[in-house]
Amino acid sequence: MNDNRFSDNRAWFLALPAVLMVAFASLIPFMAVVNYSVQIVFSMQNHAFVGWETFRDALTNEEFRSAFYRQVIYTAIVLGVEVPLGIGVALTMPRSGKAVGPVLVVLALPLLVPWNVVGLIWQIFSRGDIGLFGAFVNNWLHLDYNYSTGFFSAWFTVIIMSVWHWTSLVALLCYAGLCAIPGAFYQAARIDGASRWAVFRFIELPKLRGVLTIAILLRFVYSFKVYAEPLIVTGGGPGSTTTFMTEMLANTALGQFEYGKAAAYGLLYFLVILLISYIFYIVLTRVGTNEGGE
Amino acid sequence: MVRRIGLTLFILFLLIPIYWLVTMSFKSNQEIITQLSLWPSDWTLEHYRTIFDHPDWRGAFLHSLSYVLINVAITLPLAIPAAYAFSRFNFLGDKHLFFWLLTNLMAPPAVFLIPYFQLYHSIHLFDTVFAVALAHTLFNLPLAVWILEGFMSGVPREIDETAYLDGYSLPRFFIKIFLPLIGSGIGVAAFFCFMFSWIELLLVQTLTTTNATPIPTMMGSAFTASGTNWGLLAAAGTLTLVPGVIVIWFVRNRIASGFALGRV
Repeated sequence: MNDNRFSDNRAWFLALPAVLMVAFASLIPFMAVVNYSVQIVFSMQNHAFVGWETFRDALTNEEFRSAFYRQVIYTAIVLGVEVPLGIGVALTMPRSGKAVGPVLVVLALPLLVPWNVVGLIWQIFSRGDIGLFGAFVNNWLHLDYNYSTGFFSAWFTVIIMSVWHWTSLVALLCYAGLCAIPGAFYQAARIDGASRWAVFRFIELPKLRGVLTIAILLRFVYSFKVYAEPLIVTGGGPGSTTTFMTEMLANTALGQFEYGKAAAYGLLYFLVILLISYIFYIVLTRVGTNEGGE
Repeated sequence: MVRRIGLTLFILFLLIPIYWLVTMSFKSNQEIITQLSLWPSDWTLEHYRTIFDHPDWRGAFLHSLSYVLINVAITLPLAIPAAYAFSRFNFLGDKHLFFWLLTNLMAPPAVFLIPYFQLYHSIHLFDTVFAVALAHTLFNLPLAVWILEGFMSGVPREIDETAYLDGYSLPRFFIKIFLPLIGSGIGVAAFFCFMFSWIELLLVQTLTTTNATPIPTMMGSAFTASGTNWGLLAAAGTLTLVPGVIVIWFVRNRIASGFALGRV
Protein backbone atom coordinates (compact mmCIF):
# COMPACT_ATOMS: atom_id res chain seq x y z
CA MET A 1 0.00 0.00 0.00
CA ASN A 2 1.48 3.36 -0.96
CA ASP A 3 0.54 6.56 0.81
CA ASN A 4 -0.55 8.36 -2.30
CA ARG A 5 -4.16 7.18 -2.28
CA PHE A 6 -7.62 8.66 -2.59
CA SER A 7 -9.39 9.11 0.73
CA ASP A 8 -12.78 7.51 0.46
CA ASN A 9 -14.53 5.35 3.02
CA ARG A 10 -16.86 4.01 0.35
CA ALA A 11 -13.93 1.76 -0.65
CA TRP A 12 -15.14 -0.43 2.22
CA PHE A 13 -17.88 -1.63 -0.10
CA LEU A 14 -15.26 -2.94 -2.53
CA ALA A 15 -13.47 -4.82 0.22
CA LEU A 16 -16.64 -5.98 1.94
CA PRO A 17 -17.38 -9.16 -0.08
CA ALA A 18 -13.85 -10.46 0.50
CA VAL A 19 -14.00 -9.50 4.18
CA LEU A 20 -17.31 -11.32 4.66
CA MET A 21 -15.95 -14.42 2.93
CA VAL A 22 -12.80 -14.49 5.05
CA ALA A 23 -14.90 -13.83 8.14
CA PHE A 24 -16.96 -16.87 7.27
CA ALA A 25 -13.90 -18.99 6.53
CA SER A 26 -11.79 -17.81 9.43
CA LEU A 27 -13.39 -15.51 11.99
CA ILE A 28 -16.42 -17.67 12.85
CA PRO A 29 -14.34 -20.85 13.27
CA PHE A 30 -11.76 -18.85 15.18
CA MET A 31 -14.40 -17.63 17.66
CA ALA A 32 -15.56 -21.21 18.07
CA VAL A 33 -11.99 -22.23 18.85
CA VAL A 34 -11.67 -19.47 21.44
CA ASN A 35 -14.94 -20.64 22.97
CA TYR A 36 -13.82 -24.26 23.14
CA SER A 37 -10.42 -23.37 24.49
CA VAL A 38 -11.80 -22.41 27.90
CA GLN A 39 -13.98 -25.50 28.26
CA ILE A 40 -13.79 -29.21 28.69
CA VAL A 41 -16.05 -30.69 26.04
CA PHE A 42 -17.51 -34.04 27.01
CA SER A 43 -20.00 -34.04 24.16
CA MET A 44 -21.77 -31.45 22.04
CA GLN A 45 -24.44 -31.01 24.73
CA ASN A 46 -22.19 -31.30 27.72
CA HIS A 47 -19.57 -28.60 28.23
CA ALA A 48 -17.91 -27.37 31.38
CA PHE A 49 -16.24 -24.00 31.71
CA VAL A 50 -12.71 -24.36 33.05
CA GLY A 51 -11.16 -21.01 32.13
CA TRP A 52 -7.38 -20.91 31.89
CA GLU A 53 -7.08 -24.54 32.97
CA THR A 54 -6.64 -25.81 29.39
CA PHE A 55 -3.88 -23.29 28.69
CA ARG A 56 -2.07 -24.11 31.90
CA ASP A 57 -2.37 -27.75 30.97
CA ALA A 58 -0.92 -27.08 27.51
CA LEU A 59 2.14 -25.35 28.95
CA THR A 60 2.91 -28.26 31.24
CA ASN A 61 1.70 -31.08 29.00
CA GLU A 62 4.56 -33.35 27.92
CA GLU A 63 2.98 -34.20 24.55
CA PHE A 64 2.51 -30.54 23.65
CA ARG A 65 5.94 -29.47 24.81
CA SER A 66 7.86 -32.25 23.12
CA ALA A 67 5.98 -31.70 19.84
CA PHE A 68 6.76 -28.00 20.15
CA TYR A 69 10.50 -28.57 20.76
CA ARG A 70 10.66 -31.02 17.86
CA GLN A 71 8.91 -28.47 15.69
CA VAL A 72 11.41 -25.73 16.60
CA ILE A 73 14.40 -28.00 15.88
CA TYR A 74 12.91 -29.16 12.58
CA THR A 75 12.17 -25.60 11.47
CA ALA A 76 15.65 -24.41 12.49
CA ILE A 77 17.42 -27.17 10.53
CA VAL A 78 15.18 -26.78 7.50
CA LEU A 79 15.68 -23.00 7.38
CA GLY A 80 19.41 -23.41 7.97
CA VAL A 81 19.77 -25.70 4.96
CA GLU A 82 17.21 -24.29 2.55
CA VAL A 83 18.00 -20.58 2.76
CA PRO A 84 21.76 -20.78 1.97
CA LEU A 85 21.19 -23.54 -0.58
CA GLY A 86 18.38 -21.57 -2.23
CA ILE A 87 20.60 -18.47 -2.51
CA GLY A 88 23.36 -20.65 -3.97
CA VAL A 89 21.06 -22.18 -6.55
CA ALA A 90 19.70 -18.76 -7.51
CA LEU A 91 23.27 -17.53 -8.13
CA THR A 92 23.96 -20.41 -10.51
CA MET A 93 20.76 -20.04 -12.54
CA PRO A 94 21.12 -18.63 -16.07
CA ARG A 95 19.71 -15.11 -16.50
CA SER A 96 19.20 -15.33 -20.25
CA GLY A 97 19.21 -17.83 -23.08
CA LYS A 98 17.22 -20.89 -23.98
CA ALA A 99 17.84 -22.69 -20.71
CA VAL A 100 15.89 -20.16 -18.60
CA GLY A 101 12.42 -21.54 -19.34
CA PRO A 102 13.14 -25.23 -18.70
CA VAL A 103 15.19 -24.45 -15.56
CA LEU A 104 12.34 -22.38 -14.11
CA VAL A 105 9.82 -25.13 -14.89
CA VAL A 106 11.94 -27.85 -13.29
CA LEU A 107 12.57 -25.76 -10.20
CA ALA A 108 8.90 -24.91 -9.79
CA LEU A 109 7.83 -28.53 -10.23
CA PRO A 110 8.27 -29.77 -6.62
CA LEU A 111 6.17 -26.83 -5.40
CA LEU A 112 3.16 -28.06 -7.39
CA VAL A 113 3.25 -31.65 -6.21
CA PRO A 114 0.36 -32.37 -3.81
CA TRP A 115 1.73 -32.73 -0.29
CA ASN A 116 0.64 -36.33 0.13
CA VAL A 117 2.33 -37.19 -3.18
CA VAL A 118 5.56 -35.57 -1.93
CA GLY A 119 5.31 -38.04 0.92
CA LEU A 120 4.64 -40.89 -1.49
CA ILE A 121 7.57 -39.93 -3.73
CA TRP A 122 9.99 -40.00 -0.81
CA GLN A 123 8.45 -43.14 0.59
CA ILE A 124 9.00 -45.17 -2.56
CA PHE A 125 12.37 -43.50 -3.09
CA SER A 126 13.79 -44.18 0.38
CA ARG A 127 12.39 -47.59 1.25
CA GLY A 128 15.08 -50.21 1.60
CA ASP A 129 13.22 -52.77 -0.52
CA ILE A 130 11.69 -50.87 -3.44
CA GLY A 131 13.41 -47.49 -3.22
CA LEU A 132 16.36 -46.42 -5.31
CA PHE A 133 17.85 -44.23 -2.60
CA GLY A 134 17.13 -46.61 0.26
CA ALA A 135 18.63 -49.54 -1.59
CA PHE A 136 21.64 -47.47 -2.61
CA VAL A 137 22.41 -46.45 0.97
CA ASN A 138 21.81 -49.90 2.40
CA ASN A 139 23.41 -52.09 -0.27
CA TRP A 140 26.19 -49.94 -1.71
CA LEU A 141 27.14 -47.66 1.15
CA HIS A 142 26.36 -50.37 3.72
CA LEU A 143 24.78 -47.90 6.11
CA ASP A 144 21.91 -48.97 8.28
CA TYR A 145 19.17 -46.74 6.87
CA ASN A 146 15.52 -47.40 7.64
CA TYR A 147 13.25 -44.43 8.21
CA SER A 148 10.53 -46.37 9.99
CA THR A 149 12.80 -47.75 12.73
CA GLY A 150 15.87 -45.52 12.93
CA PHE A 151 15.72 -42.14 14.65
CA PHE A 152 18.44 -40.57 12.52
CA SER A 153 17.14 -42.14 9.32
CA ALA A 154 13.66 -40.76 10.00
CA TRP A 155 14.92 -37.26 10.71
CA PHE A 156 17.28 -37.35 7.74
CA THR A 157 14.38 -38.38 5.49
CA VAL A 158 11.93 -35.71 6.66
CA ILE A 159 14.60 -33.03 6.32
CA ILE A 160 15.90 -34.02 2.89
CA MET A 161 12.27 -34.27 1.77
CA SER A 162 11.65 -30.70 2.90
CA VAL A 163 14.85 -29.57 1.15
CA TRP A 164 13.67 -31.28 -2.03
CA HIS A 165 10.20 -29.78 -1.73
CA TRP A 166 10.89 -26.19 -0.74
CA THR A 167 14.44 -25.07 -1.66
CA SER A 168 13.03 -24.04 -5.05
CA LEU A 169 10.81 -21.47 -3.38
CA VAL A 170 13.83 -19.70 -1.87
CA ALA A 171 15.78 -20.10 -5.12
CA LEU A 172 12.99 -18.68 -7.31
CA LEU A 173 12.42 -15.72 -5.01
CA CYS A 174 16.15 -14.92 -4.88
CA TYR A 175 16.45 -15.42 -8.64
CA ALA A 176 13.72 -12.84 -9.17
CA GLY A 177 15.58 -10.50 -6.81
CA LEU A 178 18.90 -11.03 -8.61
CA CYS A 179 17.33 -10.37 -12.00
CA ALA A 180 16.18 -6.98 -10.73
CA ILE A 181 19.75 -5.77 -10.01
CA PRO A 182 20.79 -3.26 -12.70
CA GLY A 183 23.80 -4.27 -14.80
CA ALA A 184 25.53 -0.98 -13.91
CA PHE A 185 26.16 -2.29 -10.39
CA TYR A 186 28.17 -5.22 -11.75
CA GLN A 187 30.09 -2.97 -14.15
CA ALA A 188 31.05 -0.65 -11.32
CA ALA A 189 32.22 -3.63 -9.28
CA ARG A 190 34.32 -4.89 -12.21
CA ILE A 191 35.97 -1.48 -12.60
CA ASP A 192 36.78 -1.51 -8.88
CA GLY A 193 38.24 -5.00 -9.28
CA ALA A 194 35.89 -6.44 -6.68
CA SER A 195 36.15 -10.18 -5.96
CA ARG A 196 33.20 -12.53 -6.54
CA TRP A 197 32.66 -12.68 -2.79
CA ALA A 198 32.70 -8.88 -2.49
CA VAL A 199 30.13 -8.61 -5.29
CA PHE A 200 27.89 -11.03 -3.43
CA ARG A 201 28.45 -9.49 -0.02
CA PHE A 202 28.10 -5.81 -0.93
CA ILE A 203 25.87 -5.79 -4.01
CA GLU A 204 23.76 -8.92 -4.27
CA LEU A 205 23.03 -9.70 -0.64
CA PRO A 206 21.78 -6.19 0.27
CA LYS A 207 19.60 -6.16 -2.84
CA LEU A 208 18.18 -9.54 -1.93
CA ARG A 209 17.07 -8.38 1.48
CA GLY A 210 13.45 -7.79 0.50
CA VAL A 211 12.91 -11.15 -1.18
CA LEU A 212 14.95 -12.98 1.45
CA THR A 213 12.74 -11.55 4.17
CA ILE A 214 9.72 -12.94 2.40
CA ALA A 215 11.43 -16.27 1.66
CA ILE A 216 12.47 -16.76 5.28
CA LEU A 217 9.05 -15.76 6.58
CA LEU A 218 7.27 -18.11 4.20
CA ARG A 219 9.61 -21.00 4.91
CA PHE A 220 9.21 -20.40 8.62
CA VAL A 221 5.42 -20.38 8.45
CA TYR A 222 5.10 -23.37 6.13
CA SER A 223 7.68 -25.50 7.91
CA PHE A 224 5.97 -24.73 11.20
CA LYS A 225 2.68 -25.95 9.73
CA VAL A 226 4.19 -29.09 8.13
CA TYR A 227 1.84 -32.06 8.23
CA ALA A 228 1.28 -34.38 5.28
CA GLU A 229 4.83 -35.14 4.17
CA PRO A 230 6.30 -36.51 7.43
CA LEU A 231 2.97 -38.13 8.30
CA ILE A 232 2.94 -40.20 5.13
CA VAL A 233 6.60 -41.19 5.21
CA THR A 234 7.29 -41.82 8.88
CA GLY A 235 3.77 -41.70 10.36
CA GLY A 236 5.25 -39.48 13.06
CA GLY A 237 7.56 -42.25 14.18
CA PRO A 238 9.59 -44.10 15.16
CA GLY A 239 7.70 -43.65 18.41
CA SER A 240 6.68 -40.03 18.16
CA THR A 241 10.10 -38.67 17.22
CA THR A 242 8.82 -37.00 14.03
CA THR A 243 5.36 -36.00 15.29
CA PHE A 244 5.20 -32.25 14.69
CA MET A 245 2.69 -29.66 15.89
CA THR A 246 -0.06 -30.05 13.30
CA GLU A 247 -0.06 -33.83 13.57
CA MET A 248 -0.14 -33.65 17.36
CA LEU A 249 -3.04 -31.21 17.13
CA ALA A 250 -4.95 -33.32 14.60
CA ASN A 251 -4.47 -36.36 16.84
CA THR A 252 -5.76 -34.49 19.88
CA ALA A 253 -8.78 -33.10 18.04
CA LEU A 254 -9.82 -35.92 15.73
CA GLY A 255 -8.21 -38.93 17.38
CA GLN A 256 -8.90 -38.30 21.04
CA PHE A 257 -11.87 -35.88 20.61
CA GLU A 258 -10.46 -33.55 23.24
CA TYR A 259 -11.87 -30.40 21.70
CA GLY A 260 -11.11 -28.04 24.56
CA LYS A 261 -7.52 -29.16 24.81
CA ALA A 262 -7.02 -29.11 21.05
CA ALA A 263 -8.48 -25.60 20.87
CA ALA A 264 -6.16 -24.28 23.56
CA TYR A 265 -3.16 -25.95 21.89
CA GLY A 266 -4.24 -24.52 18.55
CA LEU A 267 -4.51 -20.97 19.86
CA LEU A 268 -1.07 -21.14 21.45
CA TYR A 269 0.31 -22.61 18.22
CA PHE A 270 -1.22 -19.81 16.15
CA LEU A 271 0.04 -17.14 18.57
CA VAL A 272 3.58 -18.53 18.44
CA ILE A 273 3.56 -18.44 14.63
CA LEU A 274 2.29 -14.85 14.61
CA LEU A 275 4.79 -13.76 17.25
CA ILE A 276 7.85 -15.36 15.62
CA SER A 277 6.79 -14.07 12.18
CA TYR A 278 6.54 -10.59 13.65
CA ILE A 279 9.98 -10.84 15.26
CA PHE A 280 11.51 -12.19 12.03
CA TYR A 281 9.93 -9.36 10.11
CA ILE A 282 11.20 -6.65 12.45
CA VAL A 283 14.71 -8.12 12.65
CA LEU A 284 15.05 -8.79 8.93
CA THR A 285 13.85 -5.36 7.88
CA ARG A 286 16.06 -3.54 10.39
CA VAL A 287 19.29 -5.52 10.33
CA GLY A 288 21.96 -4.20 8.01
CA THR A 289 20.05 -1.08 7.00
CA ASN A 290 23.22 0.95 7.68
CA GLU A 291 25.18 -0.94 5.03
CA GLY A 292 23.79 0.82 2.01
CA GLY A 293 20.98 -1.65 1.41
CA GLU A 294 17.53 -0.47 0.53
CA MET B 1 31.66 -24.02 -15.11
CA VAL B 2 31.44 -24.72 -11.40
CA ARG B 3 28.11 -22.92 -11.48
CA ARG B 4 26.78 -25.16 -14.19
CA ILE B 5 27.85 -28.32 -12.36
CA GLY B 6 26.22 -27.08 -9.16
CA LEU B 7 22.97 -26.29 -10.91
CA THR B 8 22.98 -29.61 -12.75
CA LEU B 9 23.48 -31.50 -9.50
CA PHE B 10 20.59 -29.65 -7.89
CA ILE B 11 18.31 -30.33 -10.85
CA LEU B 12 19.26 -34.02 -10.73
CA PHE B 13 18.43 -34.02 -7.02
CA LEU B 14 14.98 -32.62 -7.88
CA LEU B 15 14.33 -34.91 -10.82
CA ILE B 16 15.60 -38.33 -9.70
CA PRO B 17 12.82 -38.94 -7.11
CA ILE B 18 10.22 -37.87 -9.70
CA TYR B 19 11.87 -40.13 -12.29
CA TRP B 20 11.64 -43.04 -9.85
CA LEU B 21 7.92 -42.36 -9.28
CA VAL B 22 7.10 -42.08 -12.97
CA THR B 23 9.04 -45.17 -14.07
CA MET B 24 7.58 -47.16 -11.19
CA SER B 25 4.09 -46.39 -12.45
CA PHE B 26 4.94 -48.29 -15.66
CA LYS B 27 6.33 -51.37 -13.92
CA SER B 28 4.31 -54.38 -12.87
CA ASN B 29 3.95 -54.89 -9.13
CA GLN B 30 5.94 -58.10 -9.52
CA GLU B 31 8.87 -56.15 -10.94
CA ILE B 32 8.62 -53.37 -8.32
CA ILE B 33 8.95 -55.80 -5.46
CA THR B 34 11.48 -58.24 -6.86
CA GLN B 35 14.03 -56.09 -8.67
CA LEU B 36 15.37 -52.58 -8.59
CA SER B 37 15.40 -51.67 -12.26
CA LEU B 38 16.29 -48.19 -13.45
CA TRP B 39 14.20 -48.70 -16.55
CA PRO B 40 10.96 -50.77 -16.66
CA SER B 41 11.96 -54.12 -18.16
CA ASP B 42 8.39 -54.80 -19.09
CA TRP B 43 6.30 -51.69 -19.76
CA THR B 44 2.74 -51.95 -18.56
CA LEU B 45 -0.21 -49.57 -18.57
CA GLU B 46 -2.11 -51.80 -16.19
CA HIS B 47 -2.10 -49.28 -13.30
CA TYR B 48 -3.30 -46.43 -15.47
CA ARG B 49 -6.01 -48.66 -16.90
CA THR B 50 -7.17 -49.48 -13.36
CA ILE B 51 -7.44 -45.78 -12.56
CA PHE B 52 -9.29 -44.83 -15.72
CA ASP B 53 -11.64 -47.80 -15.52
CA HIS B 54 -12.54 -47.48 -11.87
CA PRO B 55 -15.40 -45.00 -11.21
CA ASP B 56 -14.06 -44.25 -7.72
CA TRP B 57 -10.67 -43.16 -9.06
CA ARG B 58 -12.21 -41.14 -11.88
CA GLY B 59 -14.52 -39.54 -9.32
CA ALA B 60 -11.58 -38.70 -7.04
CA PHE B 61 -9.77 -36.82 -9.83
CA LEU B 62 -13.01 -35.09 -10.78
CA HIS B 63 -13.70 -34.03 -7.17
CA SER B 64 -10.19 -32.70 -6.68
CA LEU B 65 -10.29 -30.70 -9.90
CA SER B 66 -13.79 -29.39 -9.06
CA TYR B 67 -12.97 -27.95 -5.67
CA VAL B 68 -9.79 -26.35 -7.02
CA LEU B 69 -11.66 -24.70 -9.91
CA ILE B 70 -14.62 -23.65 -7.72
CA ASN B 71 -12.18 -22.17 -5.26
CA VAL B 72 -10.46 -20.10 -7.99
CA ALA B 73 -13.90 -19.03 -9.28
CA ILE B 74 -14.94 -17.84 -5.81
CA THR B 75 -11.61 -16.28 -4.86
CA LEU B 76 -10.80 -14.08 -7.85
CA PRO B 77 -14.09 -12.11 -8.16
CA LEU B 78 -13.96 -11.34 -4.42
CA ALA B 79 -10.23 -10.56 -4.34
CA ILE B 80 -10.08 -8.20 -7.34
CA PRO B 81 -12.34 -5.41 -5.93
CA ALA B 82 -10.82 -5.79 -2.46
CA ALA B 83 -7.28 -5.50 -3.85
CA TYR B 84 -8.36 -2.43 -5.79
CA ALA B 85 -9.72 -0.86 -2.61
CA PHE B 86 -6.46 -1.51 -0.75
CA SER B 87 -4.24 -0.30 -3.58
CA ARG B 88 -6.17 2.89 -4.44
CA PHE B 89 -8.10 4.12 -1.42
CA ASN B 90 -7.44 5.34 2.06
CA PHE B 91 -10.29 4.19 4.25
CA LEU B 92 -11.13 3.69 7.87
CA GLY B 93 -9.16 0.79 9.29
CA ASP B 94 -7.56 -0.18 5.97
CA LYS B 95 -4.16 -1.12 7.41
CA HIS B 96 -5.66 -3.18 10.22
CA LEU B 97 -7.96 -4.95 7.82
CA PHE B 98 -5.09 -5.78 5.48
CA PHE B 99 -3.01 -7.10 8.35
CA TRP B 100 -5.90 -9.21 9.61
CA LEU B 101 -6.32 -10.71 6.13
CA LEU B 102 -2.62 -11.61 6.04
CA THR B 103 -2.69 -13.30 9.45
CA ASN B 104 -4.97 -15.89 7.86
CA LEU B 105 -2.08 -16.93 5.62
CA MET B 106 -0.17 -17.87 8.74
CA ALA B 107 -3.02 -19.63 10.50
CA PRO B 108 -2.43 -23.38 10.77
CA PRO B 109 -5.52 -25.10 9.29
CA ALA B 110 -5.23 -27.73 12.03
CA VAL B 111 -6.57 -25.16 14.50
CA PHE B 112 -9.84 -24.93 12.59
CA LEU B 113 -10.52 -28.63 12.12
CA ILE B 114 -13.35 -29.06 14.61
CA PRO B 115 -15.17 -25.77 13.94
CA TYR B 116 -15.01 -26.47 10.21
CA PHE B 117 -16.40 -29.92 10.71
CA GLN B 118 -19.35 -28.46 12.65
CA LEU B 119 -19.81 -25.37 10.50
CA TYR B 120 -20.10 -27.28 7.23
CA HIS B 121 -22.31 -29.89 8.85
CA SER B 122 -24.70 -27.21 10.07
CA ILE B 123 -25.03 -25.61 6.63
CA HIS B 124 -25.36 -29.04 4.96
CA LEU B 125 -22.29 -28.68 2.81
CA PHE B 126 -20.23 -31.32 4.57
CA ASP B 127 -18.81 -33.95 2.21
CA THR B 128 -19.26 -31.82 -0.90
CA VAL B 129 -16.66 -30.18 -3.09
CA PHE B 130 -18.18 -26.81 -2.13
CA ALA B 131 -17.17 -27.26 1.50
CA VAL B 132 -13.55 -27.76 0.49
CA ALA B 133 -13.65 -24.89 -2.00
CA LEU B 134 -15.05 -22.53 0.67
CA ALA B 135 -12.61 -23.75 3.32
CA HIS B 136 -9.63 -23.14 1.02
CA THR B 137 -10.59 -19.46 0.73
CA LEU B 138 -9.15 -19.25 4.27
CA PHE B 139 -5.66 -18.91 2.81
CA ASN B 140 -6.33 -18.36 -0.91
CA LEU B 141 -8.42 -15.21 -0.64
CA PRO B 142 -5.88 -13.28 1.49
CA LEU B 143 -3.13 -14.54 -0.81
CA ALA B 144 -4.96 -13.39 -3.94
CA VAL B 145 -5.67 -9.97 -2.40
CA TRP B 146 -2.00 -9.64 -1.51
CA ILE B 147 -0.71 -10.63 -4.97
CA LEU B 148 -3.24 -8.47 -6.82
CA GLU B 149 -2.64 -5.48 -4.57
CA GLY B 150 1.03 -5.65 -5.56
CA PHE B 151 0.27 -5.75 -9.27
CA MET B 152 -2.35 -2.99 -9.02
CA SER B 153 -0.02 -0.70 -7.10
CA GLY B 154 2.38 -1.05 -10.02
CA VAL B 155 -0.17 0.64 -12.30
CA PRO B 156 0.16 4.45 -12.02
CA ARG B 157 -2.77 6.15 -10.32
CA GLU B 158 -2.80 8.80 -13.07
CA ILE B 159 -4.52 6.26 -15.29
CA ASP B 160 -7.50 6.16 -12.92
CA GLU B 161 -7.62 9.94 -12.67
CA THR B 162 -7.48 10.45 -16.44
CA ALA B 163 -10.27 7.93 -16.94
CA TYR B 164 -12.51 9.66 -14.40
CA LEU B 165 -11.85 13.03 -16.07
CA ASP B 166 -12.82 11.45 -19.38
CA GLY B 167 -16.17 10.57 -17.82
CA TYR B 168 -15.67 6.86 -17.20
CA SER B 169 -17.71 5.41 -14.35
CA LEU B 170 -15.89 3.13 -11.90
CA PRO B 171 -17.33 -0.16 -13.21
CA ARG B 172 -16.77 0.81 -16.85
CA PHE B 173 -13.21 2.00 -16.18
CA PHE B 174 -12.55 -1.19 -14.26
CA ILE B 175 -13.67 -3.56 -16.99
CA LYS B 176 -12.53 -1.62 -20.06
CA ILE B 177 -9.20 -0.25 -18.89
CA PHE B 178 -7.99 -1.57 -15.57
CA LEU B 179 -8.54 -5.34 -15.81
CA PRO B 180 -6.59 -5.68 -19.08
CA LEU B 181 -3.70 -3.76 -17.48
CA ILE B 182 -3.39 -6.22 -14.58
CA GLY B 183 -4.09 -9.32 -16.68
CA SER B 184 -0.79 -10.95 -15.82
CA GLY B 185 -1.41 -10.26 -12.13
CA ILE B 186 -4.73 -12.08 -12.33
CA GLY B 187 -2.95 -14.95 -14.06
CA VAL B 188 -0.32 -15.17 -11.32
CA ALA B 189 -2.98 -14.99 -8.59
CA ALA B 190 -5.00 -17.75 -10.27
CA PHE B 191 -1.84 -19.85 -10.55
CA PHE B 192 -1.09 -19.62 -6.84
CA CYS B 193 -4.72 -20.22 -5.82
CA PHE B 194 -4.79 -23.29 -8.04
CA MET B 195 -1.52 -24.52 -6.60
CA PHE B 196 -2.34 -24.07 -2.92
CA SER B 197 -5.77 -25.64 -3.30
CA TRP B 198 -4.42 -28.55 -5.35
CA ILE B 199 -1.67 -29.49 -2.89
CA GLU B 200 -3.59 -29.08 0.39
CA LEU B 201 -4.35 -32.24 2.35
CA LEU B 202 -5.57 -31.70 5.90
CA LEU B 203 -8.78 -29.74 5.23
CA VAL B 204 -9.64 -31.89 2.23
CA GLN B 205 -9.47 -35.03 4.31
CA THR B 206 -11.44 -33.52 7.18
CA LEU B 207 -14.28 -32.13 5.10
CA THR B 208 -15.00 -35.11 2.86
CA THR B 209 -15.97 -38.71 3.47
CA THR B 210 -17.72 -40.84 0.87
CA ASN B 211 -19.54 -38.62 -1.62
CA ALA B 212 -16.77 -36.22 -2.48
CA THR B 213 -13.76 -38.51 -2.00
CA PRO B 214 -10.66 -36.62 -3.20
CA ILE B 215 -7.45 -38.10 -4.59
CA PRO B 216 -5.50 -38.26 -1.28
CA THR B 217 -8.22 -40.37 0.34
CA MET B 218 -8.34 -42.72 -2.63
CA MET B 219 -4.56 -43.02 -2.50
CA GLY B 220 -4.76 -43.78 1.20
CA SER B 221 -7.06 -46.70 0.41
CA ALA B 222 -4.33 -48.31 -1.73
CA PHE B 223 -2.51 -49.22 1.51
CA THR B 224 -4.34 -52.39 2.46
CA ALA B 225 -3.69 -55.16 4.94
CA SER B 226 -2.97 -57.59 2.11
CA GLY B 227 -0.12 -55.41 0.88
CA THR B 228 0.35 -52.06 -0.77
CA ASN B 229 -0.37 -51.65 -4.45
CA TRP B 230 2.76 -49.60 -5.16
CA GLY B 231 2.29 -49.49 -8.92
CA LEU B 232 -1.22 -48.08 -8.57
CA LEU B 233 -0.04 -45.47 -6.07
CA ALA B 234 2.82 -44.46 -8.36
CA ALA B 235 0.43 -44.12 -11.31
CA ALA B 236 -2.00 -41.99 -9.27
CA GLY B 237 0.88 -39.87 -8.00
CA THR B 238 2.17 -39.38 -11.54
CA LEU B 239 -1.28 -38.27 -12.70
CA THR B 240 -1.47 -35.66 -9.92
CA LEU B 241 1.68 -34.06 -11.37
CA VAL B 242 0.02 -33.43 -14.73
CA PRO B 243 -2.15 -30.38 -13.87
CA GLY B 244 0.84 -28.78 -12.15
CA VAL B 245 3.09 -29.29 -15.17
CA ILE B 246 0.44 -27.88 -17.51
CA VAL B 247 -0.15 -24.85 -15.31
CA ILE B 248 3.59 -24.16 -14.90
CA TRP B 249 4.14 -24.40 -18.63
CA PHE B 250 1.53 -21.73 -19.29
CA VAL B 251 2.84 -19.30 -16.70
CA ARG B 252 6.57 -20.07 -17.03
CA ASN B 253 7.37 -16.59 -18.31
CA ARG B 254 5.46 -14.99 -15.47
CA ILE B 255 6.75 -17.18 -12.67
CA ALA B 256 9.75 -14.94 -12.10
CA SER B 257 7.65 -11.77 -12.01
CA GLY B 258 5.13 -13.39 -9.70
CA PHE B 259 7.87 -14.47 -7.36
CA ALA B 260 9.58 -11.10 -7.72
CA LEU B 261 6.60 -9.50 -6.06
CA GLY B 262 7.32 -12.01 -3.39
CA ARG B 263 3.67 -12.42 -2.78
CA VAL B 264 3.47 -16.14 -2.39
